[in-house]
Amino acid sequence: MRAFKLLSLLLVVAFVLSACAQPTPAPAPQAAAPTAADLKIAILAPLSGPVPTFGVMTRDGALLAIEEWNAKGGVLGRKIVPIVEDSQCTADPAVNAANKVIDQDKVKFIVGEVCSKASIPVSEIANAKKVLQISPTSTNPAVTVASDGKTKDYIFRACFIDPFQGKVGANFALQNLKTKTAFILLDQANDYVKGLAEEFEKAYVAGGGKVVGKETYTAKDTDFSAILAKVAAAKPDVVYLPDYYNIVNLVTKQAKEKGITAAFLGGDGWDSSDLDLKAAAGGYFTNHYAPDSTAPEAVAFQKAFAAKYKDDKGQGKVPDALAALAYDATNLLLTAIKNADSDDPDKVKAAMEAISFQGVSGKITFDAQHNPVKSATILKVTDTKVVFDSVVAP
Amino acid sequence: MLQASPSPTSSLAARRPGARLAWIGQGFLLLLAAVVLYILITNFLKDPPLFIQVVLSGLQLGFVYALVALGYTMVYGIVRLINFAHGDVFMVGAFVSFYAVTRFQLHAWPAAVFPGLPAGWVVVIGSLTVVLLSMIVCMSMAVTIERVAYKPLRDAPRIAALITAIGVSFFLEFFGALYFVFSPRFIPYQRPFEVVTWYIKDGIHLVQVGQAPPPGSITFSNIFLIIVVASVLVRVVLQFLVRRTKIGKAMRATSFDKPTSRLMGINVDGVISVTFAVGAAFAGMGGVLYAIAYPSIWTQLGILPGLKAFVAAVLGGIGSIPGAFVGALIMGQAEALTMGYISTPMRDAVAFTILIVVLLVKPTGLFGEAAGEKA
Amino acid sequence: MELGFLILSIVKIVAILAYLYGLFWAMGHQNKIVKVAGIVIAFALIQLALTVKFGETQILNDFDRGLVFQACTMTMVALGLNLIYGFNGQFSLAQWGFYGIGAYTAADITYRWNVRDARGLLVAGIGVILGGLMILAVSRLVRRYKGMPVLSQFTLYLISCVLAGAIAVYIGNAINPALVPLFGTPDAPGILASPAVLQVVFLLAVLIAGAFAAEVSFLFGLPVLTLGSDYFGIATLGFAIVVQTLMVNTDTILPFPEMKGGRGMIGIPKLTTWFWAFLFLIIIIVVMRNLIYSSTGRAIMSVREDETAAKAMGIDVAFYKLFAFVVGSLFAGIGGGVYAHYIGFLSPGTFDFLVGFNPLIIVVFGGLGSMTGTIAASFGWIFFLEGLLRVLLSQLGTEAPTWRYVLYPIALLLLMLLRPQGLLGNVEWGFLKRPVAALQAKAAGR
Repeated sequence: MRAFKLLSLLLVVAFVLSACAQPTPAPAPQAAAPTAADLKIAILAPLSGPVPTFGVMTRDGALLAIEEWNAKGGVLGRKIVPIVEDSQCTADPAVNAANKVIDQDKVKFIVGEVCSKASIPVSEIANAKKVLQISPTSTNPAVTVASDGKTKDYIFRACFIDPFQGKVGANFALQNLKTKTAFILLDQANDYVKGLAEEFEKAYVAGGGKVVGKETYTAKDTDFSAILAKVAAAKPDVVYLPDYYNIVNLVTKQAKEKGITAAFLGGDGWDSSDLDLKAAAGGYFTNHYAPDSTAPEAVAFQKAFAAKYKDDKGQGKVPDALAALAYDATNLLLTAIKNADSDDPDKVKAAMEAISFQGVSGKITFDAQHNPVKSATILKVTDTKVVFDSVVAP
Repeated sequence: MLQASPSPTSSLAARRPGARLAWIGQGFLLLLAAVVLYILITNFLKDPPLFIQVVLSGLQLGFVYALVALGYTMVYGIVRLINFAHGDVFMVGAFVSFYAVTRFQLHAWPAAVFPGLPAGWVVVIGSLTVVLLSMIVCMSMAVTIERVAYKPLRDAPRIAALITAIGVSFFLEFFGALYFVFSPRFIPYQRPFEVVTWYIKDGIHLVQVGQAPPPGSITFSNIFLIIVVASVLVRVVLQFLVRRTKIGKAMRATSFDKPTSRLMGINVDGVISVTFAVGAAFAGMGGVLYAIAYPSIWTQLGILPGLKAFVAAVLGGIGSIPGAFVGALIMGQAEALTMGYISTPMRDAVAFTILIVVLLVKPTGLFGEAAGEKA
Repeated sequence: MELGFLILSIVKIVAILAYLYGLFWAMGHQNKIVKVAGIVIAFALIQLALTVKFGETQILNDFDRGLVFQACTMTMVALGLNLIYGFNGQFSLAQWGFYGIGAYTAADITYRWNVRDARGLLVAGIGVILGGLMILAVSRLVRRYKGMPVLSQFTLYLISCVLAGAIAVYIGNAINPALVPLFGTPDAPGILASPAVLQVVFLLAVLIAGAFAAEVSFLFGLPVLTLGSDYFGIATLGFAIVVQTLMVNTDTILPFPEMKGGRGMIGIPKLTTWFWAFLFLIIIIVVMRNLIYSSTGRAIMSVREDETAAKAMGIDVAFYKLFAFVVGSLFAGIGGGVYAHYIGFLSPGTFDFLVGFNPLIIVVFGGLGSMTGTIAASFGWIFFLEGLLRVLLSQLGTEAPTWRYVLYPIALLLLMLLRPQGLLGNVEWGFLKRPVAALQAKAAGR
């Protein structure tokens, strides 16, 4: 029994020690570390995992916004301290990251995650703990709406939800491109792609068009020739491919090599400096803003982004949709904090609901389900650059 | 594997009433085969050119897998290690060629050095240099990996080496994804030469840009031809290397029995390094061809081709060079046909089902030798 | 700050290990009172740490709570894999697939129950029981016809299981309407909608999930276990990939629209509490330990050591391989059921085959064939990778988190080079030791 006593003593000591481990992250160890007066904002982005490139762009966009606010003297007179976490676009690491920033760092505001499958579990935690979360790019409606149909109070997003972009794409294909037949290519595993494709199909058929074929692929595919052979055989007027630029590069290139002449149409996933313009030339996509836009916000954003981030050749980087949305989301959040004149999430939430914000991606207000109401831009891809085509109001 | 082939003698079979029930399993397999055949034949009859097109894309995929599978099968044959890092060596090959082409314009050096050279020669020599560079880099990398990570573990349990291989694979992927290395982006790959496509319908014609080939025609491209030629060439070279040279003899001896070959004066460590180097060289070449055929690269592009190639190697009988080749072609066809006619998501399911069925019927793979698992 | 935090994180990991040591010491004690008291105290310690607050700070906050739960489920999965690989020598990569099967099965049962639909429980429950009975019946038949080829056996089992499933669906659909009124309406919940019943359903769901995973593993393992070890490994890797593909297509290829395919299943009740996690963990550890030190366990280990010799000793090698595989998958299925109710959200991305290497890495980390090693490594691994590295790196700047997965493989390589037999090798603690003393006592009594 003596050993048992000794052991339980050891255990108690160990736990007291581990208890000491908890409060320590808060005190300030060095000059740069957050002090009580600083406002901490967590950025959850998939810096590793299946889509690291999206995470890096998101982080860069959000950090740029924070830097600009700090240059102007912060918000509420307080310095903004970003806390970047890697959430890997997967549920478990995202939950750990969210718990960590909420419980260890006592953060009250979260910008992120990028992927819906990580944003959904994070939103449940954030909502339960009254932490305001704004996701820049998670398009799944379930991010802001709980499974019982109620809007989650503390969760917002800065991007379109799937139904809107799909509908815009379908209407554009029917009315502006005057197409009659469409072929849909989609990745079942990617909820963003699937959501857009489903809505496009619905709207296209409702508008009198005909979907002549639908083929699925997986995100890890590189060889699309079997699918494209079917596209070539079906001879559609337009091919809807609402995926990210990496897939678009591969598909459009192989399609061109196969002599497929149908126009390709996509969503904001196409927006990237890495889009292969030669391959995608002749295609259209829906986006939040036009890179050749003369709106002062967009011009200033692109200039600032290029000045802050350089690519490996030392040239300024071109922001993509993810960076723009992360920038907007962070600005939205900080503006709401400013408007609320408080860092109390309840007040900020009210300010957020009432906000009318002119961002890079246009004028943003929130609807009852905390989705932004903003117009979509349609862009045309040419051999050398992406140009503005038209605007579709919500 | 000893257990896998019971081979009951005839007298034993008489005492085993269950052996008479083999028809149940055989019937099940026949049923499966019949369904597959039915799907293939009806689709072939519905649109023969489309079917041939799908088969051609399967061939292209299969030949790329073959290049990777050869390295897998050689390494496994000698050290019995599933070298998970092989797929990442393949990825590095693609990236090396990318930097050689975009950053250093290596593919254009003949034009700069010999200004009078005809354009065709410039392209051929330039592209060959790029491929060669990738092969050399991959070779040195694989040898380094082997020396640093695998060699110290040669006498440790096999699983330690396997976990190390997984670790090396993770390291290459995630280290490569750092910004100052390869960056995590999906990078559009700039080809050292342009891809030209032809279509077959009443003769062979060139596909003009922006002009659809007539319905019912079959298209193929120069990269398809290059991949096929390169794989066949590699296969011939490898066959020569393994069967006709001294080092090949040493490889075969080492794979058969390591301690004994050491007694016979073979430098076993050297042979293993050479095996890794040769396998990596072919992977590097495969990486370049893969990137040219499917021009979007990123640091995790090697995972799936690597895995598929290993499955192909197992399917063909691991350690057997013709086996890896045939296995890769079967994998390519299975994938393309499933994508074309059943459903894309079920592609892996079909591929692995084929693998399991083949291994059940012939436990050593299609061309495998019935050797026990040593070491 | 960083250094201080590093030290305290290590203290935390050591504390967890000390906790586990204490738990096993108490469980292995001869005195029954100490045994029970030890388990209760071990449970209470964490429970208190999770609930008691000293002003603002909690001993284990929700971040740690998440890590503890993840470590628990990881332990269940890894223990199962250790049984298959460490003790039986079958190199399996399918464990992650069974984990996913368990998670989705359990989640579907409780999800449906929450939306007033008893079919999930009925169909899965009846199906699992019927399937089990069918397998038993067919195995009798198979035993009578000695030497039946594996493929024929597989066909028979497959047909019987599909039949069992069909019957279960039929019966479930027939009974369900009778139960629906008992749920009541959202405003006036009926008897079946009460929280207590939901807890029972959760318990059943986890058990059914485990049983279902076990039956799937039986069907899959029967033909595949006859392959050689590395071939078996590749086939199981294929299984994990196919399971994930099916998860992505639950709403298109499989008829489960509520799982929402790649979009992720939402609305699963969050029922996993420390009590349940601890209970299932202890049950699995006890079952595993008793199995290993039984004659069955010795047979399982003999297969690992030398198949030919084991066969010569009259051990049914094929049976014990299958047995270990099925029991290991059962553990993984239970782990999946517990996991599914922890964050209340399932998405196929969690069950990617690349993540599936983690249990294997843990088992090798801890030491093959060491239960203590696996358990300690599961906890240590989660607290190192998700706890220490995450917190440490995020303090080093905005670029640092990308380094997490660069440091991790380096740590892996170093460990393998320095200690290829795993951290704890063959060490076992307290309860998990070979019960020599008990055997000696018995012998003396005789």
